[in-house]
Amino acid sequence: MSKRDLRFTESHEWLKVEGTEALIGLTDYAQGELGDIVFVELPSAGTHVSAGDVLTTVESVKSVSEVYAPVAGDVVEANAALEDSPDLINSDPYGEGWMVRVKLEDVSSVDQLMTADDYEERTKG
Amino acid sequence: MKRTAFFDEHVAAGGKLIDFVGWAMPMEYTGIISEHKRVRNTVGMFDVSHMGEFHLSGEGALADLERITTNRVTALVDGRVQYSAMCYENGGFVDDLLVYRLGDSYMVVVNAANKQKDLDWIRSHIGPSTELRDASDETALIAVQGPLAEKVMGKVADESVASLGYYWSVTCRVAGQEALVSRTGYTGEDGFEIYLDAGAAGSIWGSLMEAGAEFEIEPVGLGCRDTLRLEMGYALYGNDIDERRTPVESGLMWITKLKKGDFIGRDAILKVKSDGPRERLIGFELEGRGVPRCGHRILSGGREVGVVTSGTFSPSLENGIGMGYVATGTDGPLDIEIRNRTVPVRRVSLPFYKNGTVRSG
Repeated sequence: MSKRDLRFTESHEWLKVEGTEALIGLTDYAQGELGDIVFVELPSAGTHVSAGDVLTTVESVKSVSEVYAPVAGDVVEANAALEDSPDLINSDPYGEGWMVRVKLEDVSSVDQLMTADDYEERTKG
Repeated sequence: MKRTAFFDEHVAAGGKLIDFVGWAMPMEYTGIISEHKRVRNTVGMFDVSHMGEFHLSGEGALADLERITTNRVTALVDGRVQYSAMCYENGGFVDDLLVYRLGDSYMVVVNAANKQKDLDWIRSHIGPSTELRDASDETALIAVQGPLAEKVMGKVADESVASLGYYWSVTCRVAGQEALVSRTGYTGEDGFEIYLDAGAAGSIWGSLMEAGAEFEIEPVGLGCRDTLRLEMGYALYGNDIDERRTPVESGLMWITKLKKGDFIGRDAILKVKSDGPRERLIGFELEGRGVPRCGHRILSGGREVGVVTSGTFSPSLENGIGMGYVATGTDGPLDIEIRNRTVPVRRVSLPFYKNGTVRSG
């Protein structure tokens, strides 16, 4: 998956629109800052989240970090593979390390998120 | 931020530097888990130059140290190293530390976070015939730790460090530089700590890396230093021990010699011991998923009975482990509260990791 297709948040989530749904994960920059991820607390399907709500909690060896919903929606599924292999977020943050699929409340809400270029600029240096 | 003699080496190795009590120190290089396993399986190398080193000498040094520390200093013969602590009058910890006997003088090694406090404490409790010198800034310290540490040291030290016993030290040359080497560490594996003149220490990092290459040596950071020590159940000052706890609650009576005569804190410790402590440090493993952290509440039947003081994901056990204080007399199953979840835990005896290569005794 190309980073060009993704949108980003200030709190280091990425989002990829697929029709009326979107995949959400943690950025490469964020996983690098967190270090080895050892546990992810995933939401159940059907959970409604507003933009900015805590979506998941991610534990690395050294710290705990919250992942926020970039936009409003309902959780369709969480990536079950992360239960046994939370390190997929480290090894493939934009691919197999995706965290949650949501049904978007409003597809256009995604337009407010940062583009890949904006995000790269933000996390430089 | 202060830089150790090996700052450039950390940057070159891709170390993630953090501010650790004013020092720029590497948290990790390639990842805490892989560095942790490096130390358990072969050998890793820590820069721990931020630790504090004080030298005490003079006629009064022995008697003063005996009064200031909890362990028996008179038991130390030349070259011997001892784990010990300093306590306040109320029995709470000032710090935990190592005492080295070096001829007629002593070196005390303390936690970086407590260095100034410890220096002030010692200075205000020694007599005029004891000389105290703070050598922290001029002393570099490298810990070479792991089952193959002896092989690496065998290539760079001019003295046979292989015959050095656990908790013994020797002055020798390491990669051509004068050093004090002790068979000590904070990892549960066999290993050595090398004290050097910081001004001339820079090149030794490269020498050790070169000598250790065939044993797959890697620089390892403070992140795995914490997971390694916690798997061994070693206390960390500021977490598991502090001014509010005495050696009785924290399981450190083995370094507290009540029969040696008077020392600071003795009366208070005796009283806690005879009254019985209100709480005790325990070790636990999670029975559910999650990572315990310092500050999490410990529950018994829904009632708060204690608090987690150290917790992490154990790379060796691949599970959440932690230590914490639990009210004396608490029976039955325990849980810890991780955010909004209650996770059952199982009390376990320390160390958590029982296959370490460290030589005791």
